[in-house]
Amino acid sequence: MSSMRFAVSMLSVLGIASIIGTVLKQNEPYSNYIIKFGQFWFGIFETLGLYDVYHSGWFLLILLFLITSCSLCIYRNSPLMIKEWRTFKEQATEKSLNAFSHQEIFTVKSTPENANLSDTKQQLLMFLHAKGFKYKFKTQTDGSELIAAKAGTNQRLGYIFTHSAMVIIFFGGLLDGNLPFKVQEMLGQKRIETRDIAESQVPAISRLSTSNPSFRGNMTLPEGTSDNVAFVRVRDGYLVQELPFRVALKDFRIEHYATGQPKSFESDIVITDPDLKTPITKTISVNHPLTYKGVAIYQSDFQDGGTKLNFKVWDLFARNNLTQKLDGAIFQKATLGGDTKGAGANVVKVEFNDFRQFNIINLSPDGKGKPHNVGPNITYKLRDAQGQAREYVTYMQPMQIDGKYYFISGMRETVQEDFHYLRLPVDDDLSINGFMDLRAILLNDAKFEEIAHRLVQNVAEKNKAADGKVVASNQPFEKSVVQLLRNFAKGGYNEVARMIEKNVPEKEREMAARAYIKMINLAAFEAYNMSLAANKKPLLTNNAETQTMIQDSLNGFSDMFFYGTPYFLQLENFEHKEASGLQLTKSPGEKWVYLGSALLVLGIFSMLYIRERRIWLLLKPSSHQVHFGMSSNRKNLDFEQEFSLYREQIRNLVVSD
Amino acid sequence: MNKIIDYQQKKLLQRLDWQDWLYAILLVAGAVFAYVKYANYMDIYEVVFLFGAAAVFGYLGWQWKALGKLVLGVAVVSLFSISLYHGDQARATQTFLLKFLIASQSAIMWMNVLFVLAMVTYWFAMFKRSVFAGSVATALTWSAALMGFVGLMVRWYESYLIAPEVGHIPISNLYEVFILFCLITALLYLHYEKNFNTKQLGGFVLLVINAAVGFILWYTFDRQANNIQPLVPALQSYWMKIHVPANFIGYGSFSLAAAVSAAYLLANKGVLASRLPKLEVLDDLIYKAIAVGFAFFTIATILGAIWAAEAWGGYWSWDPKETWALIVWLNYAAWLHLRMVKGLRGPVLAWWALVGLIVTTFAFLGVNMFLSGLHSYGTL
Ligand code: HEM
Repeated sequence: MSSMRFAVSMLSVLGIASIIGTVLKQNEPYSNYIIKFGQFWFGIFETLGLYDVYHSGWFLLILLFLITSCSLCIYRNSPLMIKEWRTFKEQATEKSLNAFSHQEIFTVKSTPENANLSDTKQQLLMFLHAKGFKYKFKTQTDGSELIAAKAGTNQRLGYIFTHSAMVIIFFGGLLDGNLPFKVQEMLGQKRIETRDIAESQVPAISRLSTSNPSFRGNMTLPEGTSDNVAFVRVRDGYLVQELPFRVALKDFRIEHYATGQPKSFESDIVITDPDLKTPITKTISVNHPLTYKGVAIYQSDFQDGGTKLNFKVWDLFARNNLTQKLDGAIFQKATLGGDTKGAGANVVKVEFNDFRQFNIINLSPDGKGKPHNVGPNITYKLRDAQGQAREYVTYMQPMQIDGKYYFISGMRETVQEDFHYLRLPVDDDLSINGFMDLRAILLNDAKFEEIAHRLVQNVAEKNKAADGKVVASNQPFEKSVVQLLRNFAKGGYNEVARMIEKNVPEKEREMAARAYIKMINLAAFEAYNMSLAANKKPLLTNNAETQTMIQDSLNGFSDMFFYGTPYFLQLENFEHKEASGLQLTKSPGEKWVYLGSALLVLGIFSMLYIRERRIWLLLKPSSHQVHFGMSSNRKNLDFEQEFSLYREQIRNLVVSD
Repeated sequence: MNKIIDYQQKKLLQRLDWQDWLYAILLVAGAVFAYVKYANYMDIYEVVFLFGAAAVFGYLGWQWKALGKLVLGVAVVSLFSISLYHGDQARATQTFLLKFLIASQSAIMWMNVLFVLAMVTYWFAMFKRSVFAGSVATALTWSAALMGFVGLMVRWYESYLIAPEVGHIPISNLYEVFILFCLITALLYLHYEKNFNTKQLGGFVLLVINAAVGFILWYTFDRQANNIQPLVPALQSYWMKIHVPANFIGYGSFSLAAAVSAAYLLANKGVLASRLPKLEVLDDLIYKAIAVGFAFFTIATILGAIWAAEAWGGYWSWDPKETWALIVWLNYAAWLHLRMVKGLRGPVLAWWALVGLIVTTFAFLGVNMFLSGLHSYGTL
């Protein structure tokens, strides 16, 4: 197990596991996986622990193997490394020097002063010193003297540092992992909770006490509330972690840049604890956590804290424009329709899910413009008596698209889909009333004859101005307009298309469609003016701008039939309340991981940048020779160059005068 | 006794001349000036980084004179450019010099152009065996680095012109770090070029750099990524200032190793063998580049962990970016083991280093494109 091959295969498995972990999105709600893979594969993947690879048993096992392998490796290699670190290898002999690949023998000129090579020795020692070598002497049996020198042997310590660092880091990681919980879970002492129940109802078996040494949990605190537990997510459930203190949120703030992007998230928190004389008050923000009793408290995210909402509710298919009021709050429910007690077959439950005060959207048609803030929106579900729900997102303020303003509301039937949007144009007062009034008239068949009549008259007037002919009335034409409007009121353009398909031969359909659309437009124009007149407002003049407004209104009218509900919730007022998402962690392994990291860096630098080199100089007075040998545990270019350089420098020193 | 002098290496301080000291004095003066002027806006870490940067660039400039000149050049040109703004961002497109030369965007465009020219010249020099063309190519690469750094410096200034609260060091998104990547890779290459006299490799290294240039151009013209965006809260940390550069020294070195490996594999097959450096030299270069990369990548990952502990509440969250950093790290650890422990050399390691670039690129770019996670600020 201490072999490198084993370590490398383990590392490869670790690598592959990590790749799976990043390709397959981790820790999603299990229902998402079921939808993605189907029941069969979902089950298999679940057994393999693929939804939380990094906490699965087999992953921890690999890490354990690696620690063991690394430790054994250190155990096996360290004695050798330490020996190499300390030794000068002064046992080398003439014979072993002869076997070196890097060696040279120099003959020293024989002079009386240097008869026993003492001058040469002196110079060589100065040379070694200048090059940063340490040395030791050893006299050989034949009277010659060996200088054994070494430099850079600290490189050997690098090995020990690097590999102990790995063990220390893994150890720290394991301390912070969920191994203790895994063991307790296997022994049946702990169990995750999967039900959506109140915290106080969670049984002891799913609770972790304050003595739990290591955890990473979340706490969502609405403004003005406090709590003393955190939730630890595990697979598709959770555990309740009790805390040795209580955290209260006084205020949560999001600051924004001028462009609307968030600039900072800050929570003013207060910590109370019987051990504290006065509570701790502190503002935490991203990158600036607070640590108390070994528990670090981080600003992690935010959500709605139960914003109060006031709506005006329109019934899109009513022939009038009466509205009702609806009040609610995020995370609460309300009802619409039904009988006076709010029961019956046509009752609709409203579930308010989310409110966002700022929405940064890029509305430019090619997506190249700058994103900007379009104001608050609200997300809610409408659930009918059968329990079927549709999700809606409605923006409070009109949005500018292609230079025109619309009220926008999106609907989708499942979370996987994108929203389909209803776009209702604003009237001259930037309000939704213009559209709603038009809609009411276009649904009200009592008004159709009047519309048709006005339309015919208008056309007649125009003709009169053009060629002087006067047509008082045109009964058949008016009838067909009324018929057309009846169909339009039943289902918008779709219904008209169906009518054309039924009554018009295929060749003429396109022409008929064009004529009908034109007629509906003209009729809607009249209808709009009728409602303006009724409200004593200035009438529309016929120009390109009003024509697109009418066209947009008619499109909106047609899309209404696909909106999935008659209720259009117009947000009138809100009282914003936020909740701060805190993350609480206790990680006793952190110190170890940092210690290991420091060792790792030290070790890697010593291994890579300290080069171990050894020089032997055998001084042989008998033959007046110096035998120079050099070696390194890493054969590379640097060493070759260094050897050549030293050889020539030593030659200069000892051979010439 | 004068023989001794022959082999004694001079210590760094003994080797310095008056120009080196002048350089150091200028750097320190610059740092002190910045400190006096802006101390109120800096926290203790930023003060340490400021003087730390002066020390690091001082040391690097002493060791490598050309780099010192680049540092001074960048400082002079950037300050000149900034002086032309008169505190008004609109002048970037109105003043002639700014618009066509040294506004941040223009300087970055010049960097792109010069890198392309440098690459073409390097290849030309190799085929013609022209020493002169080789020197021109080197000069072009230096100029590209100059313009790139000026672009980043001025961009830093421009971000403060948008609004003081928006101002930040320009290494915060994919667009900016790609520029950093080009610059660091180029400098690493120039360093090896000086030490090993290997101008023939320039064409290979600049291929990688120009791939990044291509990305920058696409990102600029198709996605308008060059617009300066304010920082999301998670990135507002002094850690960014060291974590990101350390990472990019790693990425740059690994890319350099891959480029040299490509040259190695060609030369090993006899292609261009007479023009390229000897195989041993290439092999050594690959090793040195990976060693530098590995060391810095380790530091960067550790810094990232410390930062994560502060921003996200845990030093390791198995977020895709972290996980892929680990994969990259393991990959090169294996490479180093094979070379050091098993003594492996040659084509296998060269192939490995080349494939390593794919892994590295995925960690750098692919993760942002295909996977989402806590590091999601850099999505395409
Ligand atoms: C968790 C797994 C491991 C990691 C992350 C790791 C990391 C490293 C690193 C970073 C180096 C430095 C390479 C260099 O000099 O540039 C190294 C060298 C080395 N590793 Fe490992 N290692 C691991 C497991 C092992 C194991 C199990 C062995 C057992 C045979 C081993 C034996 C060695 C040896 C002998 C060296 C070279 C020492 C020298 O010659 O100075 N490693 N390792």
